[in-house]
Amino acid sequence: MSDTSRYRAPFADGGASPIDEAIASRLLAIALEKGGDYADLFFEYGVSGSYAFDDGILKSAGRYVSMGLGVRVMNGDATGYAYVEELTTEAMERAARTAAQIARGGGAAPVALAPSDAASRYDVPTLSFDVDGAEKRALLERADAAARAIDPRIVKVTASFNEEIREILVATSTGRFVRDVQPLIRFGVRAIAEEGEGTDRKRQSGSSGGGGRMGLEYFDTHSPEHHAKEAVRQALAMLDAREAPAGELEVVLGPGDSGILLHEAVGHGLEADFNRKGTSNYTDQVGEKVASELCTVVDDATLPHGRGTINVDDEGLLPTSATLIEKGVLRGYMQDQHSAGHFEVGPTGNGRRESFRSHPMPRMTNTLLLAGQDAPEDIIKSVKRGVYASKFGGGQVDISNGDFVFSLTEGYLIEDGKITAPLKGVNLIGNGPDVMRKVVMLGHDMEVSDGIWTCGKEGQSVPVGVGCPTIKISGMTVGGTQLS
Amino acid sequence: MTTTNDEILELADATVKAALGAGANVAEAVVRHGSHLSTKVRLGQPELVEEAGSRSLGLRVMLGQQVAVTYTSDLSALGRARLVEDAIELAKLSQPDPFAGVPDPSLLSKQEDHVDLDTFDPNMDALMADEALSRALAGEAAAREADERITNSEGATFTRASGGSVLVTSGGFRGSSEGTYASLVVNPVADDADGKKRSGYHWAARRHLAQLEDAQSVGKEAARRTLRKLGAGKIASAEMPVVFDPDAARSILGLLAGCINGGAIWRRSSYLLDRLETRVASDLVTIVDDPLLPRAPGSRAFDGEGLLSRRNVVVEKGVLKTYLMDSYAARKLEMESTASASRGSSGGVGASTTNFVLQPGEGSAEALVADTKRGLYVTEMMGFGFNGVTGDFSRGAAGFLIENGELTQPVSEVTISLNVDQLFQRIDAVANDLDLRTSTASPTFRVSAMTIAGR
Repeated sequence: MSDTSRYRAPFADGGASPIDEAIASRLLAIALEKGGDYADLFFEYGVSGSYAFDDGILKSAGRYVSMGLGVRVMNGDATGYAYVEELTTEAMERAARTAAQIARGGGAAPVALAPSDAASRYDVPTLSFDVDGAEKRALLERADAAARAIDPRIVKVTASFNEEIREILVATSTGRFVRDVQPLIRFGVRAIAEEGEGTDRKRQSGSSGGGGRMGLEYFDTHSPEHHAKEAVRQALAMLDAREAPAGELEVVLGPGDSGILLHEAVGHGLEADFNRKGTSNYTDQVGEKVASELCTVVDDATLPHGRGTINVDDEGLLPTSATLIEKGVLRGYMQDQHSAGHFEVGPTGNGRRESFRSHPMPRMTNTLLLAGQDAPEDIIKSVKRGVYASKFGGGQVDISNGDFVFSLTEGYLIEDGKITAPLKGVNLIGNGPDVMRKVVMLGHDMEVSDGIWTCGKEGQSVPVGVGCPTIKISGMTVGGTQLS
Repeated sequence: MTTTNDEILELADATVKAALGAGANVAEAVVRHGSHLSTKVRLGQPELVEEAGSRSLGLRVMLGQQVAVTYTSDLSALGRARLVEDAIELAKLSQPDPFAGVPDPSLLSKQEDHVDLDTFDPNMDALMADEALSRALAGEAAAREADERITNSEGATFTRASGGSVLVTSGGFRGSSEGTYASLVVNPVADDADGKKRSGYHWAARRHLAQLEDAQSVGKEAARRTLRKLGAGKIASAEMPVVFDPDAARSILGLLAGCINGGAIWRRSSYLLDRLETRVASDLVTIVDDPLLPRAPGSRAFDGEGLLSRRNVVVEKGVLKTYLMDSYAARKLEMESTASASRGSSGGVGASTTNFVLQPGEGSAEALVADTKRGLYVTEMMGFGFNGVTGDFSRGAAGFLIENGELTQPVSEVTISLNVDQLFQRIDAVANDLDLRTSTASPTFRVSAMTIAGR
């Protein structure tokens, strides 16, 4: 980021009150004063901005600054955690002492800190915060105007732009000392369409959005008009939606956004903390066949400018692209530092946290199902009666047994190999390992979803990416209202 | 670090003054402070002890009809100056909104009229980490000792929190509130015959420590809820009556809460648009939003714009009586505010529910189930399958089959579907087992028919 930005962490090199190796070493020594195996410091300075366009005007704008230090001390499987929002010496030392309470003797002495460099996967020409607000307002105006111009049935349009900059510094008792600056933007348009009068009036909404770790150059390839058209298309298409079928059917998942199924069906169950505790349905299954041999699943933190991409994780470790499932065989879990120690494997750099107020845990970055061989049109042709799923509202999984649901906001009936009527929103429900074994065709059209997804786990939210090609599942329960 | 509301009142006053000085014609500052202790144990050992305090400052300004909000947790002189400067800059960027404004000053409440809702337990902060750990340990141990089929645990967590906030507005309102909260969650895991694991939980939460259910009974109930899921499976697709237990029922009630919100109405994003004084539920359904219940989780003496809180009957015997509105939604809809404004820590204002409660009926939940010949008893729902614009609802569900008035086979991996407009109109029984553990609360109720998709 440019040194002229108004938004620089006070603890950065050259900031108002820089944190250097000497200060960090002293705090780590206090954290380990009572013993413990490991300690780390997580400094974070986050600024986010929001612009809400509604009723044809930029109705409100907001900016939010959050800054603090989280101190963690580990003693075996136990964690002591404390955070402060003031970065005064007194407050930081108090946090270190509070976190130290977990330790009961023994322990390790901190080693000398060695600054390390991370990759740069999201350099941006100009940080969006440093661009004049009127330019961002103009993007929203364009989306609003475009959506309204398409069809008189569009009665309401809202558009939003969110920007964020997160600057972190991680220092650990094992000697890591690493900084990262993580930009993130997200743009979204929602349109509401109405048709008919009185009790016959139908009303539907459609939405489209995207973004990533980038600046306003995002709009060079994804124009506000593109998102406006997409939101309107969806709202209008859904006006004709009919009741969805209920029961087990063949399901075809469109490319890109359907990756949310991977995220729920297998992703969470492969986070190492659940497996360390033996509470995941994938516990002790490394080396075993857990999916159709068509399936290769990776968690890739390295995609340039991806929403889930990171240069360094929130424990100061360097992430990679980790193969989780290779041709149907489980290869490994997503690890944080603690679980990697337990499994005696190398860390995968998946230790993430929402903010300095939270301790890290194994989390996904960009979770992708890699491309197969089939032509997408052949996949649809092969279905006699089924559902084509193209847009999703989100999903949820029960880690302990792999049961998951995900909700469809745009879907269609497939009849005799052709996509026909649009369907009202329904849930698809399945069991992770079961559905992954029922993947019978896989398209060559792998797509990464435009950056909109946020993953929640134990109350902590982090941005993630998903991606996949067209997928055919031989049977899945569709939660409609029409019994056959 | 301890903070009192008196200290943060000064901070709020100074911020309002600074914003007015910088050119705002309306300035409203909200300052929050809080502290919490959270302890988690797993398999009899401490897993996490977390302790922290926090403070934050939120500001909303208007320049004429142009609005902006800012927030910071950096309360240094520099951080506060930036807060005001950013707010003014952003207000200049936003565009005049003819509906922007504040409530009529004559409607603002006075501090002496704010009733004490007993939401603050002065003993809460005295509970230290050792005691918190021992309560969590006791809860988990009770679950694990309850039955040998409990083979693992996701742990038990005891949390206590306390905090306060003040609101100062340039219109002349000053108000302050304080609250405490304690909770215990126990989450055991059992092994099922087919190699699946079954995870279940139970939890207790109260404003006052002395009223919190004891750890042993929370643990035992968690074990019971986990064990009864053993052997769960799909059932055949069918249409049948569905009984929602209080946890599932409040989740359904929460869907309605989003659709009677004034913001959803003026955005034309609710299926309840243009439905005032019409039937939206069966006549067994009366729903009240009551901020004035003593010791309840959602209670508040005044709303986020300074109006005196009041009890709002939202649905009376099935008829929709009002939307919940802040002054902005009221101006947009040409109605009166229902004193339902909620101010986020970041200073933004919108309508919200407080204690949103479906009023209990006469009979017990047991009698309601006994009166159901065949149906699905839902204890858990998964996913986000709800479209507020149309009311379409489809969600993953788990629970039990009801056969001849008794809970029999455990059920999982099915979905339940029905438009929520019809769902509320098909409620044909409401039980009396209301528990105000959560701010949206409902007793057990039954819907006469829904579509279940399974095998």
